[in-house]
Amino acid sequence: MSENLTPDKDLSPAATPPARQGKVSSRVIEHYVAPLEETPLSAVDSVDVTAAPLSLWAEAWRNLRKQPLFIISTLLILLVLVVAIFPQLFANVDPTSCDLGNSAEGARSGHPLGFTLQGCDVYSRVIYGTRASLMVGLFTTIGVLIIGGVMGALAGYYGGWIDVILARLGDVFFALPLILGSIVMMQLPAFRENRSVWTVVLVLVIFGWPQIARITRGAVIENRNADFVTASKALGLSRFKALVRHVVPNSLAPIIVVASISLGTFIVAEATLSFLGIGLPFSVMSWGNDIASAQPQVRNNPAVLLWPAVALSITVLSFIMLGDALRDALDPKARKR
Amino acid sequence: MFTLRRFLQLIPVFFGATLLVYFLVFATPGDPIAALSGGKPMAPAVEAALRAQYNLDQPFWIQYGLYLKNLVTLNLGQTFSGQEVAAVIGRAYPVTARLAIMALAFEAIFGVFFGVIAGLRKGKLFDSTVLVASLIVIAVPTFVLGFVLQLVVGVQLGWAKPTVSGAAPWNELILPALVLGLVSLAYVIRLTRASISENMNADYVRTATAKGLSRRRVVVVHILRNSLIPVVTFLGADLGALMGGAIVTEGIFNVPGVGNLLYKAILNGETPTVVAVVGILVIVFVIANLVVDLLYAWLDPRIRYV
Repeated sequence: MSENLTPDKDLSPAATPPARQGKVSSRVIEHYVAPLEETPLSAVDSVDVTAAPLSLWAEAWRNLRKQPLFIISTLLILLVLVVAIFPQLFANVDPTSCDLGNSAEGARSGHPLGFTLQGCDVYSRVIYGTRASLMVGLFTTIGVLIIGGVMGALAGYYGGWIDVILARLGDVFFALPLILGSIVMMQLPAFRENRSVWTVVLVLVIFGWPQIARITRGAVIENRNADFVTASKALGLSRFKALVRHVVPNSLAPIIVVASISLGTFIVAEATLSFLGIGLPFSVMSWGNDIASAQPQVRNNPAVLLWPAVALSITVLSFIMLGDALRDALDPKARKR
Repeated sequence: MFTLRRFLQLIPVFFGATLLVYFLVFATPGDPIAALSGGKPMAPAVEAALRAQYNLDQPFWIQYGLYLKNLVTLNLGQTFSGQEVAAVIGRAYPVTARLAIMALAFEAIFGVFFGVIAGLRKGKLFDSTVLVASLIVIAVPTFVLGFVLQLVVGVQLGWAKPTVSGAAPWNELILPALVLGLVSLAYVIRLTRASISENMNADYVRTATAKGLSRRRVVVVHILRNSLIPVVTFLGADLGALMGGAIVTEGIFNVPGVGNLLYKAILNGETPTVVAVVGILVIVFVIANLVVDLLYAWLDPRIRYV
């Protein structure tokens, strides 16, 4: 009996091959099986079982805080937001007071990026152009989230004929590429005569929602038969309330990731429309408009085109990076690799 | 069965999308007949004859039905300047098709090449460089990339012609195709990389390595074949998107393709041309998606049973 309780001693040095013995002989206790991973009882006792386990969001937040990609992109986005809300803090030259005497001149003191053909200060225009571009991106994303989210959630959750109709409706709008559909639609009298941030937002929402709807539908289908949904229904929650309270919150992760990336896409789409001359009216200061008006002089004075393009690219880049960081944090499967 | 079901699903999409386009163009401002006479008053009989010729006197639904009938029979009518729409599109389409095919080839070759290397060396210097570069390419709008490349490669270095001549031969389309495909190239790289690095840890790769296969064989035969499935589907769907994205690229490089044609037609309010071009683009897009779906089901049979 005592032999069984002390297996280590049972495999005494006599049973070991000589070469092996030579290697381990310096140790005081010889283990011939893998050492046990011991967890002292005190450690077990100190675990707080009353504390709630970390939710997906809390865990993601803990991960994100350590990610340089997330920190950089968030800081950039915050900066762009502040510039958009208080442009006067960053530029003290009026972007609309242009002096033709300064036409296409280079940088000088107080005007770090030089002047446009019309003699406007480039730096000031870049700063003041932030608001329109960002507004289009933000409000389009919000609109797309509302329409696409509702459509996708209903289609995925209820299935059946609702799914068939909504999914086909999405396919119809999906069959027209975003830019193509927007160009055609911006020609409608109601849109052409009232061009503003809001009409551009509306047009982009109309052709942008199917993507979010598809993602939402997929995520909701994945969750609609989960145990926690069945449990909530068994506890007497109505079908619709189970969707709103349990299925949707648990499906948010992929939707947020895609929304963050498409926010950048919408800013680019607005700039493209403005560049084609059918987006924002020229009275609105935006990066797209500034790029469009700098285009004829691109060979003589490329800097005027470059700076709004750089501002636009950095903004888009930070939203894409944010989406990437969120994807890594919210997808536990990808994180383990 | 799967093929048939997918094909049937296509029909409502086709009708819906063409109806949507037709409705949008139908509601577009400007009376094209009035524009034809330069805004001057026209003899009522002439005006009525012209309206009848373009079916503008019919109610919306009849017009749409006639449009569909003509679209299917490729009888696309005339532009307001009296040219056959089918002939105009016939001249422009091969140019855009050439452009899109070159862009697609460019994406497929370089995208998969860089993506595979980055995926196999995840976390190394090459991988991070490729990732950062692809992010920048995605963030910079296509028209800015187009102008910069046109200026640097076309004007300053003189390696390529900055604008394309009327015949649009292959060698002049290299630069526009590069610009057109660049953003998708970045997506292909990222997609390939993610797919490769995901499959690197798959059980079948471990089995193949344990069998004693060489690394080259494991990578080329086992990993690559399984990783390229999403890439192939992306490329297929991208063909349709490239046709639409050609509007900007063709504008910058003055390529006489469908995008250019469409843009001018929209600005002039030429309904027959717009609906014909967009209708054909929608058909290409929808068929490309169908082919992608079928290809996906063929490459990955699990899809069929979902």
